[in-house]
Amino acid sequence: MIALDVAGLAKTYPGPGGVEAVRDLTFQVGRGELVCVVGPSGAGKTTLLRCVAGLLDLSGGRISLDGTPVTGPPAGMAVVFQEYGRSLFPWLTVRKNVELPLKEKGLAKAARTAKVDAALESVGLLESAGAHPWQLSGGMQQRVAIARAVAYEPSVLLMDEPFAAVDAQTRADLEDLVRELWQRLAVTILFVTHDIDESVYLGQRVLVLSNRPTVILEDVPVDLPEHRDQLATRSSPEFARIRTHVYELVQLAKKGGRPDPE
Amino acid sequence: MTPRRVLAALGLPVVLIALWWLVSASSTSFFWPPLSTIVRAFPQTWTADPILHDVLPSLARLTTGYLVALVAGVAAGTAIGSSPTLRALCEPALEFLRAIPPPVLIPVIALFAGYTGATSKVVTIALGCLWPILLNTVEGVRSLDEVLRDTARSYRLGRVATLRQVVLRGASPRIATGARQALSIGVILMVISELFGADRGLGAAIVQFQRGFAIPQMWTGIILLGLLGVALSGLFRLVEHRSLAWYRGLRQSERGM
Repeated sequence: MIALDVAGLAKTYPGPGGVEAVRDLTFQVGRGELVCVVGPSGAGKTTLLRCVAGLLDLSGGRISLDGTPVTGPPAGMAVVFQEYGRSLFPWLTVRKNVELPLKEKGLAKAARTAKVDAALESVGLLESAGAHPWQLSGGMQQRVAIARAVAYEPSVLLMDEPFAAVDAQTRADLEDLVRELWQRLAVTILFVTHDIDESVYLGQRVLVLSNRPTVILEDVPVDLPEHRDQLATRSSPEFARIRTHVYELVQLAKKGGRPDPE
Repeated sequence: MTPRRVLAALGLPVVLIALWWLVSASSTSFFWPPLSTIVRAFPQTWTADPILHDVLPSLARLTTGYLVALVAGVAAGTAIGSSPTLRALCEPALEFLRAIPPPVLIPVIALFAGYTGATSKVVTIALGCLWPILLNTVEGVRSLDEVLRDTARSYRLGRVATLRQVVLRGASPRIATGARQALSIGVILMVISELFGADRGLGAAIVQFQRGFAIPQMWTGIILLGLLGVALSGLFRLVEHRSLAWYRGLRQSERGM
């Protein structure tokens, strides 16, 4: 069952000459899959994600979510942005931030409260429900953003380098949180990152992007056990092998490597 | 407030009043009566009748004009701030209109509407208060964080929710800045509008005292105006303190980082 179907996605930014950011991206994400996207900086990762999120018009190709073409932000999608400090509403408390999209969905008060409580509980922030985002640390703020996405119960969860701005220890915790939520809630996740280790640790597959104009360099399967552990998984020979392979691909992408024409 | 802060806030006014009292105590100048004379004249001047027929109507006109400007300024400012096209069209005109000192509008308004009724005074106050509110709202709406807008869009917040929960809340610190500037302009225009063709009103009363050489009474009017200004700005700060608590917290946490 395909949740997200991206076919021939192209994006050229208008302007003098036009900047061709994405040339031709085709991939599918199955229901319940966790797919990571890596690529060198400037590879159009964010462009890809904004297109999939329906925040950016396409220049060519098609994106469909659960069989419905994406023309604007689709109903079954939630986005966790990199800039947690700028994606939470500072004038709302943590609870209200999580609750606002649910209110807009038309959920009754009792149902909203239950979902918000459950979502905050699942990221370990129930006791901070009454605080404002700016009273929390960066890692906690990103947890709130994740809770907001979880409470929204999306079919596909998009994450745009969500942990790029938090410290290494918090980052490891948040990675495990994402894995745990993904397994528990059976949500489909497309996770964009520039961190190769992170992509291998988290994903079932890693899509390596080429340089601009972007195409997919390789779709790397990650054959690691379902249960991952920051120490054991990261020191396993299989992890090292895949990591090395993805690393070489990203290096190749930086040098302008393109996939072999078949 | 701690006793220390009360002391700090009241310290300078107390010194100034004491100074005025001492310096003017032995004054024989007709135009600079001793402060004691002014203070004695205060309760006799501002009895029930002038409060009812001068002060309250003035304040009512100020409130009406100010609220009209607030609603119109925020509404137009939000529209202009949200649309780059509208902004490009309006900005030069707005800059020009803002540069016109509001009091010079009085003769124009008087030509069209006459200047004896309340309406023309309310219009004067509203027109003067409009610009700071309008321009600050435009800026506040325009500078709303892109990521917040994207967040609102990706969670499919409707137009009303986006406007109320995101755009207006996000612009509220700037709107408050404009509203604060507008308040002092409003008080000035309340007085100035009464200098023309009005026989009642706080500003008119002060001018009439001056023309009738009722100098201590004139001074009491000026003091009353000052006290009203302080009260209004206190009221404003109270409202701002409550509605923008999040903004103070945010700023503090940003500075702390």
